Amino acid sequence: MTSPLVRIQREDFSLQDEIDALSTDRADIGAIVSFTGLCRDEAGTLAALELEHYPGMAEAEIARVAAEAAARWPLMGLVAIHRYGLVKPGEQIVLVLAASAHRRPAFEAADFMMDYLKTRAPFWKREHRADGTLGGWVEAKADDDDAAKRWEQAP
Amino acid sequence: MSTATATAAAGTRTVRIVYFAWVRERVGLPEETLDIPADLATIADLVRWLKARGEGYEAAFTDEKIVRAALDHVHAKPQARLGSAREIAFFPPMTGG
Repeated sequence: MTSPLVRIQREDFSLQDEIDALSTDRADIGAIVSFTGLCRDEAGTLAALELEHYPGMAEAEIARVAAEAAARWPLMGLVAIHRYGLVKPGEQIVLVLAASAHRRPAFEAADFMMDYLKTRAPFWKREHRADGTLGGWVEAKADDDDAAKRWEQAP
Repeated sequence: MSTATATAAAGTRTVRIVYFAWVRERVGLPEETLDIPADLATIADLVRWLKARGEGYEAAFTDEKIVRAALDHVHAKPQARLGSAREIAFFPPMTGG
């Protein structure tokens, strides 16, 4: 596999553009699984999420997670894009693409990437509320830690 | 250079410390360059030293077990040795994705 593509950016991204970049001019890929994380409006109470990140480490840590995925599954492509800055409800936050000859490795690698991205990538979300006030920092969920631990068992 | 200054310089080393999210807000700084005692062996030792620097640090590290750390962009546990790390980061549990 060519090395995983990791991008940390303020701008939005296009799912189709990333799929095209991954699959154009090749015919060996049999499956591409994509995950797109969006900003929810939390029943109308949220105006935006502010995403803070640790420049340098964010890229490095996601690249380490991607390298683990590439070592674990027979992948033909792996993409992880994570935005920072202000993201409004309905907008995209994160994209993971995993390509393989068959569906199972692609599904599993994308799932693995997201579980570890949530618990290891240095990003922090803060709420901006619809009433104009600055909300608190989003708290980490124990569920996310549990989800990541699933992968520690033998594959 | 006075003898006292020379002694102090020999006993310290310079590191860059960066803070994120509510740890940054409580400390009141996004980053700082500090001369830390050379005999601070682990991240936990550094946290104890930082907490003695003032209320903001005390507030940031009230629950030491919650705050995460990284040495030169790699996650590290409290008992991890500082070694020759040049950039040490402190931040809350991550909430990306």
